[in-house]
Amino acid sequence: MASIVFAILFYLATLLFVVGVLYRINIYARTPAPLKIPTTPAPTTKGGVVLRMTREVLFFESLFKANLWTWAAGWLFHAGLALVTLRHLRYFTEPVWGWVAFIQPFGIYAGIAMLLGLCGLWARRLFVERIRYISTPSDHLMLVLLIGIAATGLLMKFVAHTDVIAVKGFFIGLMHFDILHFPTDLLLVVHLSLVVLLLVVFPFSKLLHAPGVFFSPTRNQTDNPREKRHLSAWAAKLEAEK
Amino acid sequence: MADITAPAYRIIPIVPKLKPGAMEGKGPFVASDKINEAIGFPGQLVEDWHDKAIAKMGDLLSKYRSLKVYMDACVHCGACSDKCHYFIGTQDPKNMPVARQDLMRSVYRRYFTLPGKFFPKLVGARDLTREVLDEWYNYFNQCSECRRCSVFCPYGIDTAEVTMAAREILDSVGYGQKYSNEIIGKVHKIGNNLGLPGPALRDTLEGLEEDVKDATGIDVKFPMDVKGAEVLLITPSADFFAEPHIDSLIGYAKVFHATGTSWTLSSMSSEAGNFGMFIGNYEQLRTIAMRIRQAALELGVKRIVVGECGHAWRVAYSFWNTLNGVGDGADADDKFAQMLQKQLDHRYKQPMHICEFTWDAIQAGELSFDRSLNDKHVITFHDSCNVARGSRMGDFAGGQFEIPRNIIKACANNFVEMDPRTTREQTFCCGGGGGLLTDDLLDVRVKGALPRMEVLQQVKDEQGVNFMATICAICKAQFTKVLPIYGFDRKMVGGVHQLVSNAIILGEDK
Repeated sequence: MASIVFAILFYLATLLFVVGVLYRINIYARTPAPLKIPTTPAPTTKGGVVLRMTREVLFFESLFKANLWTWAAGWLFHAGLALVTLRHLRYFTEPVWGWVAFIQPFGIYAGIAMLLGLCGLWARRLFVERIRYISTPSDHLMLVLLIGIAATGLLMKFVAHTDVIAVKGFFIGLMHFDILHFPTDLLLVVHLSLVVLLLVVFPFSKLLHAPGVFFSPTRNQTDNPREKRHLSAWAAKLEAEK
Repeated sequence: MADITAPAYRIIPIVPKLKPGAMEGKGPFVASDKINEAIGFPGQLVEDWHDKAIAKMGDLLSKYRSLKVYMDACVHCGACSDKCHYFIGTQDPKNMPVARQDLMRSVYRRYFTLPGKFFPKLVGARDLTREVLDEWYNYFNQCSECRRCSVFCPYGIDTAEVTMAAREILDSVGYGQKYSNEIIGKVHKIGNNLGLPGPALRDTLEGLEEDVKDATGIDVKFPMDVKGAEVLLITPSADFFAEPHIDSLIGYAKVFHATGTSWTLSSMSSEAGNFGMFIGNYEQLRTIAMRIRQAALELGVKRIVVGECGHAWRVAYSFWNTLNGVGDGADADDKFAQMLQKQLDHRYKQPMHICEFTWDAIQAGELSFDRSLNDKHVITFHDSCNVARGSRMGDFAGGQFEIPRNIIKACANNFVEMDPRTTREQTFCCGGGGGLLTDDLLDVRVKGALPRMEVLQQVKDEQGVNFMATICAICKAQFTKVLPIYGFDRKMVGGVHQLVSNAIILGEDK
């Protein structure tokens, strides 16, 4: 019974996540940027823009300039999440790829870093007056959700082990449209239910900052307006009317 | 006016405590029927403003990727929350960039996202009520579109884009701001923001020629409407009569004289400023920019040079090529742009900032200075927001910071920098930009100047600074007004070309 419920949940959540995010990306990509608005000083070449975006996405350059505490907590969380996610590839691959096996021990530290980062971010949201002012209930709940995922994951590693072989079997089964046994340990059920929830809310929430940053005109535009004429389709129509 | 006083300096860089509601109010004067209708907006708030505003928002979301992405991407991290000069000066939390954006984002969520439709409280979504609309009018007219917040946002969210969209929506339902809309009407009708008609302009220029002749003994010309001139100068109309602006105009003329450049102003297109940007209306932005194209074509000039004006330089540098074709690199089949670009001389940047022009001339050895003539000044440089974060000069990123400084150092001996957290890309707006340079907003203008005044006080006390150079007409006008309120001499502010004018050597013995 639990196997069927979780199988359906994961299929639906994954579908929603993939379709939802692609739908959003499609909208961002198709919406024109009629004017050149890079925040200057900005790179004057495409290569420079790639570098700027890389620094922004990998190291959160702008946030670093803004506030060291938010940067530290935010970067710890995101870097931890990235490593933890990669570590989880072992549940979806057989045999496990060499580099995934290699990062396993680091992934555990990353899980702790992720949790610390999240707690830091939540502390800021709770105790810094101006950040509390701008926080909505969903901002708090999003952190609770992620903290829940990280905490249950770590508990399964350090306190109450679950049957990871069965978990892996279940997911590999799902990938082959084969519903196998799902171990119904409480921690695992909570952990995976929260992950399902995360996948579902992603395309409808502020988590869209992840694809969004790549489409931000202030960051991804080349600073060359004098050298190359930039004209969007709807703006070009105004010239035709003349 | 009498009860407007300067707030106390902070111990830098303390983040101020919140004072919710500190800047609540009705906002600046609302535009009259006549002003609005003259530029194609409804005269006053339309009956079905709610539906019209939401429809307009949907329209803008489909036309501007910036707005669409910025409505979705904010995570409320707070990186921008202490970066706005209006927040620092007023302590009103709704002047935090993120909170200002949220005035619109809350409505976006309610009408354009599923969670906002089903769980408005949870995600901070709200209906567009009359109270919300009034709040928009008040707080979106407390933003100078200076983009300081966008420097610090991890997603590059630019509150200026949101403010522009909000003002565009307000204008579309007949809730426009008097100051900006009235000025836009004047540009269309008379050719410049100040409403100076051609004959008055000609008189002024002739007077200037006499003044310069009296002062220097040299015949420096201020030509207007000269067909076949090499350079068309487009400068903010404040340069024609306001102090200290006019001293920079004299500086430009002396540079053109000393370099032997044939140049001209245009009576039809006598304005660099473009308030179409302030109200976020593309059609206005474009129509105003078209005047420059028309003047360039009619006068047959080879080059277009822009005077000291911050947002004008952003529009010229970043938008003109798009709007009116002044630039390079149009497609071969782009008849509209090619028509003008074939006429322009592409050995030079098009358009070119007057500082680029002067610096090129200095580097080529065409200008000489007696720096001691500026020795009475200990000079600092205020980076104007739109130049710093919305444009460039020269061939490399950051040229907009180096070139004006290089010019100052070439024509003066005493130059010092203000706190680096308040200059270059992190510069603070003067407090009067973005369509706020009106006396009905003097309170917010004075408070918004606080962070700049704090560091100016610092260099005044520690290094004896007595002159703050800048390259923006709005900065000059704003500081002239607010400096005395903070206890400074109003004559402390002036243009970079005012310093050039002081020290340049004209005539045979140069």
